[in-house]
Amino acid sequence: METAELRELYQELILEHSKKPRNFHALEHATHTAEGFNPLCGDKLKLYLELKNSSIQDIGFEGSGCAIFRSSASMMTVAVKGKTKTEAEKLFSEFHKMLSGNSASYDKTQLGRLAVFSGVNEFPVRVKCATLPWHTLNAGLNQEARTVSTE
Amino acid sequence: MVNKKEASAVLSARKKKESAFAVLKHREDFPILTQKVYGKPLIYLDNAATTQKPKAVIEVLSRYYSFENANIHRGIHYLSQKATDTYDEARVSVQHFLNARHSHEIVFVRGATEGINLVAQSYGRTFLGSDDEILISAMEHHSNIVPWQILAEQVGAKLKIIPINDDGEILLSEYAKLLSKKTKLVAVTHISNALGTINPIETIIRKAHETGAVVLIDGAQSVPHMAVDVQALDCDFFVFSGHKIYGPTGIGVLYGKEKFLEKIPPYQSGGDMISAVSFEKTTYNKLPFKFEAGTPHIAGVIGLGAAIKYVSQIGLDRIMDYEQELLNHAVRKLSKIKGIRFIGTAREKVGIISFVLGDIHAHDIGTILDQKGIAIRAGHHCAMPLMERFQVLATVRASFAFYNTKEEIDQLAEAVQFVLEVFK
Repeated sequence: METAELRELYQELILEHSKKPRNFHALEHATHTAEGFNPLCGDKLKLYLELKNSSIQDIGFEGSGCAIFRSSASMMTVAVKGKTKTEAEKLFSEFHKMLSGNSASYDKTQLGRLAVFSGVNEFPVRVKCATLPWHTLNAGLNQEARTVSTE
Repeated sequence: MVNKKEASAVLSARKKKESAFAVLKHREDFPILTQKVYGKPLIYLDNAATTQKPKAVIEVLSRYYSFENANIHRGIHYLSQKATDTYDEARVSVQHFLNARHSHEIVFVRGATEGINLVAQSYGRTFLGSDDEILISAMEHHSNIVPWQILAEQVGAKLKIIPINDDGEILLSEYAKLLSKKTKLVAVTHISNALGTINPIETIIRKAHETGAVVLIDGAQSVPHMAVDVQALDCDFFVFSGHKIYGPTGIGVLYGKEKFLEKIPPYQSGGDMISAVSFEKTTYNKLPFKFEAGTPHIAGVIGLGAAIKYVSQIGLDRIMDYEQELLNHAVRKLSKIKGIRFIGTAREKVGIISFVLGDIHAHDIGTILDQKGIAIRAGHHCAMPLMERFQVLATVRASFAFYNTKEEIDQLAEAVQFVLEVFK
């Protein structure tokens, strides 16, 4: 009774990251932190960044939420660790394009494994779950004072 | 020659069938239920959020706008008089539905939320002052929390919370302890939208009155499932929403005892709620019009009247019995699922089931159920303090109406089992 869309959304990679999220811890020596909250879903996130010379030396997160959110946060931390601020922002831009609802072309090769979230487009209500970690990262990199929300 | 044993078995089976709730027949009254979502039959189990509408209500609305639409009261032409009559009749229908003493104790508002806001701002601002206390329960919907928080801040009153036990039942002993001479108002839900608990409001009202406090009952989730008699209950205020009882959205009712409604100031002002206006002085209209400023949701009122008529014809007692059957069936089926935890296990409940499933997030469950055509609600159900009390982020809530079937519940149970498999 599995539908193709469901299989695409909850595929192996996403479920795996949801069950065992990577970098799922606070950073003792964080230089930047940011918080994100999705009031619709209850997804909550605290992001820790260690920025050195404009590059993300280390990254960690704490929080709770749905499988889409957790796996997105996990895969994001893996994707941006070691990247420069500019590279990370570029990835955010491509990820956002992918989930922007219209058929805007995004750089699939650049996104690599992150492209797995393209399936979320079939579930508009869940897009915010996938993009919250990235919005929070963006806030952290640009050190915005407010708690990020996708509402 | 049929033997006696067989004959009596056939007769008793036939009797059972006749007295059995004619769910399939009633279902036919609801056009939306024949719909398919993602190619699958719609299984609508989100009735606590809003209910579907029978043809009787849809047709009344359509007929009103096609043939009867006019502004009511003081219109001099035929259509206006006709619309006024239908509108006034609807008010009387609501009066009888709630068994209120007077039709002018029925105020039309947008919904239960607006009703509560009206009481908080109109009664509350007039009669509550600093150091007075307002009691609400720990299971309230935000609409029966925030208006009181705002009132408390405005007048310097204190808001106190009646605790509930792990089954989701109000602790009457704690309630008794909280009641004091300082308590001026008690606001409690009749039935919890998240837990399904039926609260012992007769006792709550009686005890509040003994201490001199007034009581507002939030009946949004009770009027669709049981007969309500506001005189028997002796509640001072009672609110409900039309869209939760098979009526249109944007319409609701505040019942208030005449003696209170007479004493309190208007909530919103403008046309219709006045008696005479001049720049020197304005006088207000009599009840209930004092509280009904502006052109009302005429179609909404008329639609509500039709919904009440429809439901009363089926009989709320029969509806209640059938929905209890659905509830029992659902609990039986869902209990078999490994890792399921029900939130809200009161002894007295209606067909509302909230649950969590292991550590799978409610939204993930909701999405998978949605793909199978099953409409439920996942989230905090506008009851964040309640979710916190049970230490859950969110629950999945299935809420039944008299047009749901046991087969639909079986599908729900199967789908929840499937969620477990996805997340294994």
